[in-house]
This record gives sequence, C-alpha cells and structure tokens, in this order.
Amino acid sequence: MKIRHQVSDALLLDYATGVLSEGWRIAIATHLALSPQSRRRLALMEMAGGALVRDLPPEPSPLDEERSWMALIRRLENSKTQDEAPPPGRNPQNAASVVLPEPLRSYVGGDVASVKWRPLGRGAYHLPIAVDDKNTMVRLLRIPAGKPVPEHGHRGRELTLVLSGSFRDGEALFARGDLEEADETLQHQPVATEGEDCICLAVTDAPLKFRSWLVRAVQPILGI
Amino acid sequence: MESVWISRHQKILLVVIRNALTVVAQGMNLDLCPTLPAEQALAAFRAVHDIRHHTPVLRGLMKDISRPEPKDDVGRMIVRVGMSGDMEAFEQIFRAYAPRVRAFMMQRVRDPQISEELMQETMVMIWRKAAQFDPVKGSPGAWIFTIARNLRIDSYRRSRQPDFDPNDPAFVPEAGPAADDFVETQDQEQRLHAALTGLPAEQHDLLKLAFFEEVSHSEIAARLGLPLGTVKSRIRLAFSKLRAALGDRP
Repeated sequence: MKIRHQVSDALLLDYATGVLSEGWRIAIATHLALSPQSRRRLALMEMAGGALVRDLPPEPSPLDEERSWMALIRRLENSKTQDEAPPPGRNPQNAASVVLPEPLRSYVGGDVASVKWRPLGRGAYHLPIAVDDKNTMVRLLRIPAGKPVPEHGHRGRELTLVLSGSFRDGEALFARGDLEEADETLQHQPVATEGEDCICLAVTDAPLKFRSWLVRAVQPILGI
Repeated sequence: MESVWISRHQKILLVVIRNALTVVAQGMNLDLCPTLPAEQALAAFRAVHDIRHHTPVLRGLMKDISRPEPKDDVGRMIVRVGMSGDMEAFEQIFRAYAPRVRAFMMQRVRDPQISEELMQETMVMIWRKAAQFDPVKGSPGAWIFTIARNLRIDSYRRSRQPDFDPNDPAFVPEAGPAADDFVETQDQEQRLHAALTGLPAEQHDLLKLAFFEEVSHSEIAARLGLPLGTVKSRIRLAFSKLRAALGDRP
C-alpha cells in the first residue's frame, strides 16, 4: 500500500515538537501508523531535534556535576528495575482484518464492527469521539458509496483521514491512510468513490463556545 | 620528601604509559575503557593481546567485541546499558548529555531547579528504557530528544498524548529493510548535523523556535509577523534539504 497523501511538513513538525493538541494528534498518529513514509519523515525531524539539542550551550547544574551525578545514582538505586525489551511485533497476517489502527481504536472503544453509528441524514452516519481537548471536534464519518460528504462546515483547519473505501476531491483520490488537510481557504467537496462506503476520521476546530445562553440558543439557527 | 617526588613521578609515568597504550590499542582495534587506570589497562591489554595472538577461535570473538568504539558513540553506550546495566556506559551518556538536556529544559521552563529535576527524570528514563533502543532503527540523539521532549510536555500538560503502537496488528510496517538500515546511524547523524548547520539562518532559527520553545507553525507565523504560507514553505524547504542530505527523496 502506497500512501499518496502524506501529512505536510508543517503539521508533522507540530507533532514532532509536541505542540499538537489531543484531537489533531489522534489523526496524525493514526496516519503515521498506516504510513511508513511519514514515519521516516518523523524520524528525520526527531533526529534534527536531537542535533539541535546537541548544539545547545551546556547548562551547568545548580548543584554541580558530581552532586548531580550522585543524586542520579541514588534515584537509580531506588528504582533499579529496567524495562524489558519490547516483545517482537505481532504477526502482520491479521492486519487486513483490523480497520481502525491505534491510537484511534482505543478512543472508539473497538474496531468498526462495534461502532454504534448515528444517522446524519442522506445515508451518512457519524460517531463523535470524546476527547479531553475542548478545542477540537473528533468523529468518525461513514459516507455511502458515490455520495458527497455531508457539509461539515469548517471555518478553521480540518483533517480527514481515510480508513476504508476512498473519496475523490476534485482530481485527487484519497484511499486508506491518506490524509487531507484543509483550511478555510480551500473550497472542497469530497465524494465517496462508487462501490464501497467510505469510513474516515474527521477532526475540525470545535465550534465556538459562547458564554451567553441566549447566544447559545440561537447559535444553531445562525449556523455559527 | 623523596617518596612524594617518586609517587608524583610514578603518576606522570603511568599517564604516559596509559596514553601510549591507548594509541597502540586503537591501532589494534582493541576495546580499552578510557577511564581504566594505567595498571589495570595494561593488564587488560596484555590479556586481550595474548588471547588474540594465541587462539585463532577467540581471535574472531575478540574482533567482534573489541570493535573500535568512538568516544561519542552514544548509541553503543545505550545498548550496553540496556544489555547489562553497564554503569560506566551510563555515566558516559550522563556526562555527554546531561548539560544539553538541562539546557533543552531551560529553553521552556526557565528555572534551573526544575530543569535539573527534568534532566534527572530524563536520565532515569534512559536507564529504564535502554533495552528498547534499537541502534539499527533509530539515532541515539533522536531517541534521547524524544524522551526529554515527552517528559517536558508531561511536566505542564495534563492531556493525553496519543501515539501509534508498532505492535498493533493494523500498524503498517516498512515494506523491506529501510534504505537507511545500511548506513550507520552515527554517520547519518553527522551528515544531518552538517546539513542543519548549512541551512539559511531564517530556516535554522525557525526550527530552533519550534523544537526549543515548543511553538506551533501557526504561532511562529504570528510571532514573527509572517504569512502562514511563508512559514510553511520555510519548513518544507528546510526538511527537503535535510532529507536530501541523507539521500532520501526530497
């Protein structure tokens, strides 16, 4: 499987530096699980991080180097256990049967078969995914074959990761593992490819939250 | 008085012997720990030398365990810690990295005590996870960086940091051996470092801001008063050059 649409350098850098909040991070981490090419790019970024750290002027210890070392020895003696080497990778033969990779599967609470889909209308379904991060909205979408993705109005950034089936957006085809990055400047209308329903993960900026109950009450009417 | 002079004299002599021994040992590809005192080093040298020259079977064995070990090969030190809890190797990692990890912590937390504490936690984690480090797959610098980065984030952020799991059945592994498997990771690190140093200042500064102060690319744009597109293309250019330096497709 060749991933055609990898995560951009800018977004991958945000992942590598650790600034990405939970919601966006689920999409990028799941994309990385499916894309060895993107993981190689991440490895290079982390190597660059390591090289930059190596170039930093050394910071002396507030104790002094020897006392710092002795303090470390004492800590190790208190927790002398080392972690085991990781177990060998599981047999990849059952890979084809699992649709949702980690970390997404844990968030959903199981693979696609266990998803309790909620209707969105016009044959489409969704499943909102609970995250602590209040600034993003994370959900699975299931789009019937040949149908457009329902309007999921985004005023900010939107990430769509294909998990099964595929969709077309203009000339571009997005299949399993492909990630589409969109922002408010991009007009797009993804359409699920004929023949198979398309399941994807969509992460968007959460709708603005208004303090006033009055504004909250009219928010759906105004569509903000 | 005389005895003091002799003991001093002996000390100098021992250092001279030690240095000479190191030069010879390096020429013979022998592994002598650089911190070993002269007498012990001499004994070890003799033992290794005897074995190598009298037992052909053992000679092959020795060649393997006495591969030349450059002082800055932190990767091999991590492997030694992971395999046998080698304290000497761990101390070398500490001496080489503790001041840098502290400096990395200072960039964000700006408090020497907290930076010291986070450096100590990083070192404990290096100790605990050393057996998981794979020198074929990863560079030691990158590995230490990710440990330090995760601890720094955990120190002030409560939310979860979801990550992929290489043991997950749905995880897609590399198709064949990665091209980089054939290149020493240490060589890679050096080439990457050279390329990083050669980046234009605007790209280099941007990466420092991102890695050290943990600023997202959109925040960088706001902070530097640059259009988002400019920041994105600088990031893209920088990493294309770094990838090209390692022989990857830009």
